[in-house]
Amino acid sequence: MIKKFFESLIEKAIFISGITAIAIVVLIFIFLLKESVYFFLNNNLAEILFGMDWYPISEPPKFGFLPLILGSVLVTVGAIVIAVPVGLAAAIYISEVAPGWFKEILKTGIELLAAIPSIVLGFVGIVVLAPFIRNLFNLPSGLTAFAGSIMLAFMAMPTIVSIIEDAINSVPKSYREGSLALGATHLQTIRRVILPAASSGIMAAVMLGIGRVIGETMAVLMVTGNAAIMPTSILQPVRTLTATIAAEMGEVIQGSMHYYALFGIGFVLFVITFFINLAADMFLHRKKS
Amino acid sequence: MGNAKLTQKIVFFLLGVATVMVIIPVILIFALILVNGLQAISLEFIFSTPKAGMTQGGIFPAIVGTLYLVLGTAAFSLPLGILAAIYLTEYASDNWLTRLIDIAIINLAGVPSIVFGLFGVALFVILLNFGTSILSGSLTLSIMTLPVIITASKEALNSVPKSFREVSYSLGASRWQTVRNVVLPNAIPGIMTGTILGLSRAAGETAPILFTVAAFYLPRLPRTVYDQAMALPYHIYVLSTQVPNVPVKIQYGTVLVLIVIVFFMNISAAYIRAKFRKKKQW
Amino acid sequence: MVNKITIENLKAVYEGVLALNGVNLDIRQNEILGIIGPSRSGKTTLLKVLNRMIDFVPRSRVEGKILFDNLNIYTDIRLLALRRKIGMVYALPLPLPMSIFDNVAYGPRLHGTKSKSVLSDIVEKCLKASYLWDEVKDRLDSQAFQLSGGQQQRLCISRTLAVEPEVILYDEPCSGLDPISTAKVEDAMRELKEKYTQVLVTNNTKQAARVSDRTAFFLMGELVEVDNTKKIFTGPSDERTNDYITGKFG
Ligand SMILES: Nc1ncnc2c1ncn2[C@@H]1O[C@H](COP(=O)(O)OP(=O)(O)OP(=O)(O)O)[C@@H](O)[C@H]1O
Ligand SMILES: [Mg+2]
Repeated sequence: MIKKFFESLIEKAIFISGITAIAIVVLIFIFLLKESVYFFLNNNLAEILFGMDWYPISEPPKFGFLPLILGSVLVTVGAIVIAVPVGLAAAIYISEVAPGWFKEILKTGIELLAAIPSIVLGFVGIVVLAPFIRNLFNLPSGLTAFAGSIMLAFMAMPTIVSIIEDAINSVPKSYREGSLALGATHLQTIRRVILPAASSGIMAAVMLGIGRVIGETMAVLMVTGNAAIMPTSILQPVRTLTATIAAEMGEVIQGSMHYYALFGIGFVLFVITFFINLAADMFLHRKKS
Repeated sequence: MGNAKLTQKIVFFLLGVATVMVIIPVILIFALILVNGLQAISLEFIFSTPKAGMTQGGIFPAIVGTLYLVLGTAAFSLPLGILAAIYLTEYASDNWLTRLIDIAIINLAGVPSIVFGLFGVALFVILLNFGTSILSGSLTLSIMTLPVIITASKEALNSVPKSFREVSYSLGASRWQTVRNVVLPNAIPGIMTGTILGLSRAAGETAPILFTVAAFYLPRLPRTVYDQAMALPYHIYVLSTQVPNVPVKIQYGTVLVLIVIVFFMNISAAYIRAKFRKKKQW
Repeated sequence: MVNKITIENLKAVYEGVLALNGVNLDIRQNEILGIIGPSRSGKTTLLKVLNRMIDFVPRSRVEGKILFDNLNIYTDIRLLALRRKIGMVYALPLPLPMSIFDNVAYGPRLHGTKSKSVLSDIVEKCLKASYLWDEVKDRLDSQAFQLSGGQQQRLCISRTLAVEPEVILYDEPCSGLDPISTAKVEDAMRELKEKYTQVLVTNNTKQAARVSDRTAFFLMGELVEVDNTKKIFTGPSDERTNDYITGKFG
């Protein structure tokens, strides 16, 4: 009897937990919306999205998201331009070329990289990468969009490599054998058979890589120099969407327009990553069917 | 033909170079942190509080704070995540609600960590009035960790063969009896591996705790879950960007301690996984 | 002869597939009823309906009436009780990933038996009934996976016996076994006749001829005929049965 009661109790808990998972996502959405709707309603939407000035505490304040959005875009594009080719190369090398023992070492290396907290990479960016870039380009400061891109490329690498690797490994053996039997070299087989067959997995990897990069906060905050101005060059300090929240939420007065503006940024981020993840998921599922 | 072979050689070599270019920095980063960090490590560094505007002393409160946060996160996200995974794999029938939950979880996994921070502020700190506290921080980190735990647990549960369940049911077992006696014992190692990895991520996160719990400096350790706490990741941020003239040694030392904690968790997870693989017969 | 199970006008539908169509069949107390028929004729589906494992198949539907001891299995008997009374042995040996002892004790433990000595008695009795006891009595604590395929299958029979069923359903129980193991499993079935009603689905018509009292021939979801095994194999009344057992199709 007590057992029966316990059983029904735990089954209720199980059900409630399942529902909670979805409730949380809905809640996040509702809270971001609730806090930001006031901001979006009380400001001109065009001015927000296309305004070139982010002066949240001047009088009157200006809440142009454009420098921040462009900051995010610049850093992200830079990171993806670096990370995708290198990641693709690494994934091909690891799954197709590297001999067994070396493969294990490389895979472990990638796993280690994945485990490093972003704050640590941000720290390394400040103490090693930024001075290096400053000297290389002879800049006043190495804390630039470029430094952010490199750091982020590095951070997106494990995601990109492991998903492409999965995609390559799930290409049926018969494809490869068919091609090799026709006298194609291993490289030709990779180019003409394996990569095309793995293409949706590669697209998913790119998508998830972008998602990872756009959402990254601390490392970017630390190495991009944090200037909320319209970016003109990659060798210039910028400020991303995420970094803006991280840098300003601490000082903001709760209930002020600035406070709601930061939630507005959060909402924009949520929507962007939502679609990126949806796209990635679509690519992954296309691969399966 | 000779030409094609030569091209292949060159291309493969270049691919190898690209790969090594990813791995070498990883090794260098570790070497750098280890060499510089070890110079700071001492009993005093680990067990004392920061002194003289953080330019001296240790990082004890930050270590303790991080441990509290990991425990707090585990306390919320473990039961919730594992039970939700059980619901999704063992109970839910394949309908729109289940698919919606699946999409929700995939989506939750992709939400930027700073957005979790914002959510934590709005819900836990302000609306529920927990203030900036260990409670708010743990809850925020839990929600961030939840998708990792759910996904890993689901995978572990799904890897238990269907036939085991069928046998159990055919002997007259109820759903819960089947889950309890056949499914869970075989899924536990996988669940543990995923859970520990999720928690290790939580241990290293900064953005979600920035406004929900992290304190710049606290002279004493937190007493209750309503207290603020220092935390290693935030402390690294403070040392490297907010406080001038902190000796590099102290910065590296703090980084090393965080890395050791995070890697200890990762290695435990890998160990459990490897050990279970060896034992598994099906 | 007492009817243990009465099936009236049974229809079973999977998503889009009519697996059983208007089956009427009696299963008699303490008989071994052989069920033969080509692939996809609905044999497995019939067994799944009888112990309601078909409930787990999403979007499946069952119509008609099935009486077990004159009780309707869908309305008059609790589901878990039904599954205890009607046990199932699968085509592949499916030991659970635990020790030999725990496999057999799994069912009784579910139903509340805790005492170690009672469990030991049950395990011994059931292993003896499936002719496995002598081969495993010294290693009850070793993993069930370490047994040979034939031993595993007999372990599964013991495990089914341990919940004290009244009916045992076998779904091609010997399909993965060598002739010697098969003979041992068949011996076990004959021995169990005294106490149990058994339904044996088999792809091997010779096996049905060897062990079953009556044999039913299924084709495309319909019961073509059911009769004494001897009659089925020497002079079936339906042409199609004859074709099947003489190997003209299937
Ligand atoms: N889970 C299911 N979902 C949909 N259709 C099914 C399912 N199981 C069986 N069927 C279909 O129902 C029909 C009867 O299948 P059943 O498994 O009962 O045949 P069987 O006589 O046991 O065949 P076999 O000798 O191959 O085991 C087949 O057409 C099969 O494809
Ligand atoms: Mg069958």
